[in-house]
Amino acid sequence: MSRDDLPLVLGIETSCDETGVGLVRGCTLLGEDVASSVEQHARFGGVVPEVASRAHLEAMVPTVRRALDKAGAAPSDVDAVAVTAGPGLAGALLVGVSAAKAYAMALDVPLYGVNHLVGHVAVDQLEHGPLPKPAVALLVSGGHTSLLLVEDLATRVRSLGDTVDDAAGEAYDKVARLLGLPYPGGPPIDRAAREGDPGAIRFPRGKWGDGTYDFSFSGLKTAVARWVEDAGRAGEDLPVSDIAAGFQESVVDVLTRKAVDACVDNGVEHLVISGGVAANSRLRALAEERCAEAGVELRVPRPKLCTDNGAMIGALGAEVVAAGLPPSRLDLATDTSLPVTQPLAP
Amino acid sequence: MLLLAFDTATPAVTAAVCQAPEGGGPQTVRTAAATSSVDARRHGELLAPAVRDVVAEAGARLADIAHIAVGVGPGPYTGLRVGLATALSLADALGVPCHGVPTLDAVAYASGRTGPFIAASDARRKEVFWARYADASTRTGEIAVDRPADVDTGGLPVIGHGAALYPAELGGGAVDASAFEPLYPSAPALGELALRRLLAGEELEPPRPLYLRRPDAVEPSAPKKVGQWKA
Repeated sequence: MSRDDLPLVLGIETSCDETGVGLVRGCTLLGEDVASSVEQHARFGGVVPEVASRAHLEAMVPTVRRALDKAGAAPSDVDAVAVTAGPGLAGALLVGVSAAKAYAMALDVPLYGVNHLVGHVAVDQLEHGPLPKPAVALLVSGGHTSLLLVEDLATRVRSLGDTVDDAAGEAYDKVARLLGLPYPGGPPIDRAAREGDPGAIRFPRGKWGDGTYDFSFSGLKTAVARWVEDAGRAGEDLPVSDIAAGFQESVVDVLTRKAVDACVDNGVEHLVISGGVAANSRLRALAEERCAEAGVELRVPRPKLCTDNGAMIGALGAEVVAAGLPPSRLDLATDTSLPVTQPLAP
Repeated sequence: MLLLAFDTATPAVTAAVCQAPEGGGPQTVRTAAATSSVDARRHGELLAPAVRDVVAEAGARLADIAHIAVGVGPGPYTGLRVGLATALSLADALGVPCHGVPTLDAVAYASGRTGPFIAASDARRKEVFWARYADASTRTGEIAVDRPADVDTGGLPVIGHGAALYPAELGGGAVDASAFEPLYPSAPALGELALRRLLAGEELEPPRPLYLRRPDAVEPSAPKKVGQWKA
């Protein structure tokens, strides 16, 4: 089958605060567009579900149109529609799934409800080509921190470990607030940390060496809060750069150590890191270093593909179509906690 | 000419195909097919199959639809958005115009009343959405959200689910729940109202949700102290 014979998949993502639409053929991204409501959430210090849902409804059709324009495609060119069925925010997911059903019905093409988390892994194929099997994937974002063993994107994904409390990105947001840095916390902490000494303050490493692939960041966040309060009580100026660097070092040390361990323990030679936190410069640098030491090939999609977008859902949709899986029915339900072991929603 | 109508702004999911012969006036409008179910928690699952089914039952294909009319609320937001996202996306993919009809107007129209009355729906949080009507097709004021006790009924009869939920405040002493019917909007009423107005050359409202409330969100206060946990 030549590349042009592969189906053109329209991918729709609305699980959190980004309305994303991508047009994908096989491993090729033809066009995508993202409308974000992040600025509307900033003053609340986190995503407000109702604000996100309202923004999705307003942005949905215009985002589809912009993505089609960028791909140079017409609606009638679309061969299949893929949409995030979960996990994510209930009201936000429903906007995307309702729109996806409507496009699939009107264009008379099959609908596929797919898994947001697996989409974060599948998107790497748009940058680095077909994913070697098996691969380990580390997903780090504001809502998720998961280690996965991916044997087949469409059919066999296993969970190796997860955060037991906060997601890594959530810890960044909370610590940013403690340090008086803006929301979302990832970029400003990354910037501040570059000016600081990561060894000046040693913060605890959650679940370090506990023999699992699980993570914990809430103790780390509390340790930073305690440090900040103590400094305030002593009337000292806050060494923001050193705190940011020490905090960041703790997060990325545990993330990269466990991810590389998961590869080595399972005899896997390929690691994908994706999700919003994968844009973090220190995470990328330390992961490269440790993967090189362990003989693991590291694949990190470009930052624009790491954050939530529609291309990732189109990429997973293309895999699901290629695997010959049956389309979803029009009564497809959203699932706010769809397990990662189900790339295609039931 | 075929018009597809649906509403998801109340516990009901209702869809219909309404039609008028070529060149026919407002009086030629009738409903070709309709379906309704009441399940407040499954709008997202029920609407698309309902649309597929009414179009098939009308002996048509989606490509034959010339207009879409959708209930724009007010009503519980998550369900409301299922209808609007579906309508906007269908209209975009089919290349047809999409119109908005306030959900209470569809309740009022279905009542067929010839004198003044009030229509009310459940706004949750012990409040109702309500509006005054001179007759079934004429709203005389803005739609408001209030506690039932604060609605000045002026002695007018009140219809709709809002009245049935608060008979003491809005029921005017009615003991029989049938006095409040119709409780929910019906897509045939919504569709016929929209198609008659279009054929009469009237402008319909844009398909924009009527929320009537701001999102609940509070700006964070100072971070919680953790010092008391210290050993």
